[in-house]
Amino acid sequence: MKRILIVGASSAIAMACARIWANQGDELFLVARDVEKLDQTAEDLRARGAKAVTSHCMDATDIAAHALMLEKALTAMRQIDIVLIAHGSLPCQKDCEQNVEVALREIANNGTSVIALLTLLANQLEEQRCGSLAAISSVAGDRGRPSNYVYGAAKAAVSTFCEGLRPRMYKVGVHVLDIKPGLVATPMTQGLTLPKALVSTPEKVAKLIVRGIENKRATIYTPGFWGIIMLIIRSIPQTLFKRLNF
Amino acid sequence: MDPLLSWGRYPRVPQIAHACRWRGQALDSLQDIVHFHGSTLPFGNGRSYGDSCLASSNQVLDLRLLDRIIHVDWQHGRVVAEAGTTLGEILSISIPNGWFLSVTPGTQFATIGGAIANDVHGKNHHLRGTFGNHLLRFGLQRHDQPMLCCSRTENADYFAATIGGLGLTGVVTWAEIQLMPIQASGIDSTATRFGNLAEFFTLSAEHDHKHEYSVAWVDCLATARQAGRGVFIVGDHTKYGPLEVDRRTKLRVPATPPFSLVNNWSLRAFNVAYWHKHSDRPRNQIGSYDSFFYPLDRFVNWNRVYGRKGFQQYQCVIPSGVAEVAIQELLARIAASGQGSFLAVLKRCGNSASPGLLSFPLPGVSLALDFPQKHALHPLFERLDDIVREAGGRLYPAKDAHMSGSDFRRAYPAWERIEALRDPILMSRFWKRVTT
Ligand SMILES: Cc1cc2nc3c(=O)[nH]c(=O)nc-3n(C[C@H](O)[C@H](O)[C@H](O)COP(=O)(O)OP(=O)(O)OC[C@H]3O[C@@H](n4cnc5c(N)ncnc54)[C@H](O)[C@@H]3O)c2cc1C
Ligand SMILES: NC(=O)c1ccc[n+]([C@@H]2O[C@H](COP(=O)([O-])OP(=O)(O)OC[C@H]3O[C@@H](n4cnc5c(N)ncnc54)[C@H](OP(=O)(O)O)[C@@H]3O)[C@@H](O)[C@H]2O)c1
Repeated sequence: MKRILIVGASSAIAMACARIWANQGDELFLVARDVEKLDQTAEDLRARGAKAVTSHCMDATDIAAHALMLEKALTAMRQIDIVLIAHGSLPCQKDCEQNVEVALREIANNGTSVIALLTLLANQLEEQRCGSLAAISSVAGDRGRPSNYVYGAAKAAVSTFCEGLRPRMYKVGVHVLDIKPGLVATPMTQGLTLPKALVSTPEKVAKLIVRGIENKRATIYTPGFWGIIMLIIRSIPQTLFKRLNF
Repeated sequence: MDPLLSWGRYPRVPQIAHACRWRGQALDSLQDIVHFHGSTLPFGNGRSYGDSCLASSNQVLDLRLLDRIIHVDWQHGRVVAEAGTTLGEILSISIPNGWFLSVTPGTQFATIGGAIANDVHGKNHHLRGTFGNHLLRFGLQRHDQPMLCCSRTENADYFAATIGGLGLTGVVTWAEIQLMPIQASGIDSTATRFGNLAEFFTLSAEHDHKHEYSVAWVDCLATARQAGRGVFIVGDHTKYGPLEVDRRTKLRVPATPPFSLVNNWSLRAFNVAYWHKHSDRPRNQIGSYDSFFYPLDRFVNWNRVYGRKGFQQYQCVIPSGVAEVAIQELLARIAASGQGSFLAVLKRCGNSASPGLLSFPLPGVSLALDFPQKHALHPLFERLDDIVREAGGRLYPAKDAHMSGSDFRRAYPAWERIEALRDPILMSRFWKRVTT
């Protein structure tokens, strides 16, 4: 039985992970900003076999509220074996270009709030000297593209942060996982026209995430073929890249 | 997301899916679609064959993602779940706790909402009636009022109209169902060959009431002396053994072939092989519930083998008194036409009345067959319809893509009460076809 903290528990990908853990009889502490979604998710996971489910309402960008959240999680579970940070939002790139406030808000939601949580929770796991810290970034962080570089920059910040945090945590027995999903059919991508062959389901991605945590992987692309796609995209020379529009 | 089709992929009218992800959003989603497209229809998992799950606007409200469990009570065997939860998902949590669906159709991929809207029946209809007989209450979202809770005592008119109501009275958002206790998850079954229909009726009269489940397969291509031969199968939940959820790996049909792989040769070969697979003495075996109830679910999207044109199922029920004669006649017609199906299924329906107004089963015998879609089906179905009409029987809307409006209205006189309670923004291709 593991004790698992999920931030952004109303996300479709997080929910699919939580169902796998509930099925295994793990204990869950769910954090999301919408009470109704939080309650409905908690009920479902209880019925599916979670040992216990506690929910906590919090907006992830409310940095001042993080400490209380951790305190509640420790009261409920005493220790944390797995942290999954899943919240995020896909902004309209055009709005970000026109309005600095929107751009910074998106950086805060996808980048700094995650870094703040990782900082706080890393210290907790360091004290425990065990556990896994997993954050969902994105393939979008692998290279800035004109269509979503604000989102990509925030995700890249999370990935780079994880890369540095990993060796520090490794020495105290704590595992750090950076999860880079490709295209997944969730509310985030609803309404976008996506190349069908490249779109995965939250269930498939969740299986890979749970396995990546079990196997203490450093970085995973979900599904794996995105590793190859991103290798190709990263190797496009600047002279060509700056002429592309995607 | 890909456009959706019905299970028979005929009529081929792709549906645009509008997903509803949280039950509190059902009202907004309904109003959104209606604002842009005029009308819609709830869509479960598309396991209905014909056009009853297709919206006349081709814009459906997709409920498959409403799949959360809301509450479980393992002491009394009750589950409250969102309407898009599939029957298989219910089984995966209920079996380890010693409970099984009181009524299950031949696929575990049907959703609770779909099972209610077609008031589905299973191999124990003779004992337990339909899905609606075990439905305790549900939430119903209409476009112009807050969510209603419906049960036999609360909003009873909507309760009755929604069971078998073909998705027209509102969107079922959640439901509470009564399960049935089991000791183990296996099925103890006995298969007996019969040489003709008269033998089937004798076997069924003798054995049905002694077993939880009963069903028969007939060789619909056999003629002359072999006409009406088949295999009669009864089953019960085993008393001893593990409570195990079946997780057999599922196989996929990778692509839709341009033409049907089901043709006269493959059908004949299959039917003959199936007959010879069973020995002439009754054979008893213990197997998994999965292979007993859901043999076809093993092959995800098996419906693709019928090719691009798709297929139609013909399912009728004939009242007891005339069942033997009428079914004999139906089988003779089908055999003579040379068109037939892999599995023609015979099943006795019992007397228990459903709370639903448009429920399909009536005391008698039901016959179901799949036919690859082609023009020659039309005259055959007309002949079959004549026999069913004459016998006072009726066709199953969940499987239908052809019945005439007059046949529907004669066979389901309560249709006008459904029409009166229909949410005016909900309209299916089926309803439009048979009521106007
Ligand atoms: C292999 C196989 C075997 C089958 N065996 C049987 C059998 O033995 N007995 C039997 O009775 N049927 C059987 N069926 C038919 C199947 O059980 C029914 O068609 C069932 O209704 C399908 O459920 P669905 O969730 O796929 O609904 P859909 O096919 O998507 O929709 C069916 C109807 O339900 C309505 N609906 C769906 N969700 C909701 C909701 N939330 N609120 C309101 N209305 C809703 C739709 O508008 C539509 O009218 C079988 C089908 C297959 C493919
Ligand atoms: N879908 C993809 O194609 C894809 C690809 C790469 C990476 N990702 C990443 O995967 C993660 C999960 O996304 P998803 O695809 O599962 O989409 P999703 O279902 O839309 O999940 C995003 C969730 O984040 C929550 N959220 C957003 N801001 C929040 C905040 N400030 N505080 C608390 N919760 C907040 C949202 O809550 P509300 O429901 O309350 O709005 C929503 O439930 C995200 O980090 C996303 O960037 C997704």
